[in-house]
Amino acid sequence: MITLQIDLVQDGFTLRIDQRVDGRVVAIVGPSGSGKTTVLEAIAGLRTPRAGRIAIGDRTLFSSADGIDLPARDRRVGYVPQDALLFPHMSVRRNILYGAAPGNRPPVETVLALLEIEALGDRPVAGLSGGERQRIAVARALMSAPSLLLLDEPLASVDVPLRRRIVPALERVRDELQVPMIYVTHDRAEAAAIADWTLALDAGRVVASGEIDTQ
Amino acid sequence: MTGAAWQITAFTLAVALVATMLMLPIGVWLAWLLARRRFPGRALVDTLVSLPLVMPPVATGLILLKILGRRGPIGSLLARSGIDIVFTWKAVVIAMMVMGLPLLVRTARTGFEQVSRRYEDIAETLGATPSRVFFTISLPLAFRSIVAGALLAFSRAIGEFGATIMVAGAIPGRTRTLAVAIFTMTEAGDDHQAMVLLAIAVAIGFAAVIFTNRLIRHDHAAN
Repeated sequence: MITLQIDLVQDGFTLRIDQRVDGRVVAIVGPSGSGKTTVLEAIAGLRTPRAGRIAIGDRTLFSSADGIDLPARDRRVGYVPQDALLFPHMSVRRNILYGAAPGNRPPVETVLALLEIEALGDRPVAGLSGGERQRIAVARALMSAPSLLLLDEPLASVDVPLRRRIVPALERVRDELQVPMIYVTHDRAEAAAIADWTLALDAGRVVASGEIDTQ
Repeated sequence: MTGAAWQITAFTLAVALVATMLMLPIGVWLAWLLARRRFPGRALVDTLVSLPLVMPPVATGLILLKILGRRGPIGSLLARSGIDIVFTWKAVVIAMMVMGLPLLVRTARTGFEQVSRRYEDIAETLGATPSRVFFTISLPLAFRSIVAGALLAFSRAIGEFGATIMVAGAIPGRTRTLAVAIFTMTEAGDDHQAMVLLAIAVAIGFAAVIFTNRLIRHDHAAN
C-alpha cells in the first residue's frame, strides 16, 4: 500500500493527489505535463510538497503534519529517470555499484542476468544504446536495495524491438526480486501490460484510479 | 644564466606552487558554495572574492599590508606568537593567493554550475551523503574547470607584481619574484639581467599554455 497525499506547487503548476494505491506495479498514466514525473520526484525526495503525506506501507517518507521529510538518501526509493542519467565519468560497473547497499541487496550477478547486461561490465557509458542505458539505470537503482522502484517512461527512448526485451526484464525484476514499482507512461496499453493498478493523471489531478482487471 | 636568475626563477615557481596548493581547497569550496548553495551573505562573499580582480593590485597589496602588518589586526596577533608575515616569503604567498583566488573560484564555479544537478539528485537517491555526492559526482564532473582555474591562478601568481611589492617588497634572495625582479633590474639599468628574466618569463608562459592545452586534450580523449 502506497499513500500519496501530495499538494505541490512548482513553477505555476499545481499537483494535488490524495490516493492510496495498492499493487505490485502501479502505473501512472497521463498526457505530457500532467504531473507524472513530479509525483515520482516527490516520492524520491527531490521535490518537497507544501503539504501532504507520502508513505510506503507504514514507513512515512514525508508528512507535513508530523514534520517528517526524509532526505532522498534515506528514503530507499530507487529512481530511474527517463533519460537514465548514468554517471558519465564512470564505467557501467561503477555506475551499477554506486549505490550498492551492504546487506540485503540482491546479488549483482542476479541483477545483471535479469536485465541481460552481463556483458557490459567495464564499458564506458558513452556509446551505449538507449535500451542499455535504461537497463543499467534500473540495475543501479536495484543495487541500492530499494523498497520501491520508480520508473519514468522507461521505454520512451527505446525502439520497438528493444521494448520486447526491456518489458520482460522488468517483469522478471517484478516477479523474482519482488520489488514494488511505480511505472510512469503515457501509453495505456503499456501500463496494462505490466501494471496491476493504474492511476490516471490530467493537469495535476487524479482522473481515475483502480486495479487493472487482468482477467 | 646567472645564479641570481636561477634563484629568482626557482623561488617564484616554488611560492606560486605553494600559493596554488593552498588556494585549491579554499577556492574549490568557495566555488561549489557559490554555485550550489543559497545562504545569507552570498552576494558579499561573491563580491569579496572577485574584488582583487577589479581593484588595482597595489591597492589590494596596501589592504593586505594594513591587515598583516605588525600593527594590523591579524599581523599583531601573529607577531605576538613570533610570526612575521610582511616582507617575508609568506607575504608573497598570501599576495599570490589573494590575487589568484578570483580566477580559480570563477572558473571552478562555472564548472560546478555546468554539472547537471540531476546527477547529484540521482546519487542522493542511491543513498550517497552530501560529501560523497561532492567527491564522487560534482568534483570529478567539474574537474576540468578546476584544473583550468588552478592553472590560471598559478599563472597569475607567477606574474603577480602590485600586491607583492606592497606587502613583501623586493628583497633580493628573500621576497624578490620574477615579475618584481624584472621591474627592479630595469629600474637599476641592469638591462641584461632583465632580458634574461624576461626570456624565462616567456618560457614559463609557453610551458603553461602548452601544458593546459595538452591536459584539456587528454581529458577529451579520456571521455
